[in-house]
Amino acid sequence: MLIISIFERFGEFAENKNKAKFVRTTLLEHSLKNGNTICLDFKGVNNATQSFIHALISNLIRIYGIEILDKIEFKNCNETLKTIITIVIDYMQDSLDYVDEENDIL
Amino acid sequence: MKVHIPYSSWLGNIEGFLKNIDIEDKTKLDISFDPKWISIHPVVLSIIGALGLEVMRLNPNIHKNIRLTAHTKMENQLIKFNLLKMLNMDNKSVESDLSGRIIPLTQIKDSTKLTETIQELVPLLHSPPKQADAIKYVMSEMIRNVLEHSKSSNGAILCAQYNKKSNRVSIGIADTGIGLKEALNHFHSPKDNLEAIKLALTPGITGTTSRIGGTEYNAGAGLFFTKSIAKVSNNFFLLYSGDALFRLKKDKNDENDTKLNSNPLEDNCLIKNISNYWKGTVVGFDISLDSESEFQELLKQIRDVYSLDVKNRNKLKYKKPKFT
Repeated sequence: MLIISIFERFGEFAENKNKAKFVRTTLLEHSLKNGNTICLDFKGVNNATQSFIHALISNLIRIYGIEILDKIEFKNCNETLKTIITIVIDYMQDSLDYVDEENDIL
Repeated sequence: MKVHIPYSSWLGNIEGFLKNIDIEDKTKLDISFDPKWISIHPVVLSIIGALGLEVMRLNPNIHKNIRLTAHTKMENQLIKFNLLKMLNMDNKSVESDLSGRIIPLTQIKDSTKLTETIQELVPLLHSPPKQADAIKYVMSEMIRNVLEHSKSSNGAILCAQYNKKSNRVSIGIADTGIGLKEALNHFHSPKDNLEAIKLALTPGITGTTSRIGGTEYNAGAGLFFTKSIAKVSNNFFLLYSGDALFRLKKDKNDENDTKLNSNPLEDNCLIKNISNYWKGTVVGFDISLDSESEFQELLKQIRDVYSLDVKNRNKLKYKKPKFT
């Protein structure tokens, strides 16, 4: 399992989406491609922006489908972080639902 | 260029200031004040700072092309807010005013500077720690919008102030980039600046794709989040780009409608064309959240509205059976 400490990389307020994208493309995508699971540990993080979470995980859902969430663990999240992560996962699922239905039609 | 700061200029009456901005002659900037000036919103200073930096950028070889007409008391205020230093007009040494509850005018041109500014922001404002979550959140989202979409050579110009009495933080961010209409043009083709503002405030609309869910990097939610935070706390929110202005109005105290709308035109708002054209985008807003639980509750409301809106827009794209 690949464990990423969000606090160590981004501090108590995770908002730098440039760095989030870097972590996703260099660590997360590579790890998932090799069949590993991921733990995103938010210990010490008080808050994050929706843009940050989007840059960190949305493309994983788009590439691998919603089932990829079975391989990603969100650890030590406070209520605010849980809500923001849920917002991103919800709208990504909704957007995938549309693509799936369109593909079904085709 | 000329700007004149009237007696009072806050988000509720800012048109009086905006209509007096003269952008014809870009070789110089004259700044004047009403002698009875009492109060201005930080967004006014952000606009003046953005104009001054643009004049300096366009005329690098012309010195002393920014002129200020103000009496000493005002000048001291402008020193406190860093305006004179930003525009190379200040010879005095200015100490950081840690009791001032302000973020002085700050130019942010890259992600590193933004991260530094956010780290310094809360102690400078002296705002309650729980309120700080919302402030840091909206500042990050708004300024990253400028850095990613505006193509502004001068980046974002930020200014903010905390008023302890009203427990309110007032924030202004201005840029002199391409503006909302051009930023959205490639994927959404807004017919004018009013439509561009409406699209920019709609959750899930981003200038980088027409796809629902956004790109790997943009989801198109920043302005919607920020407007929502202002609305839930019954404060003003202003968005000005090109010749179009949107202002979220305040409700009367006992009639605060906190329902969030994905369609900004369903808000208690003013949206109109104004005579002066702003080449770029200006965002001004106030926040007065009292507790962490309010911020969490707000996020839950946003989640519900956002999700419902995406579902509804998906349905619009569903193919319908052909009944003959």
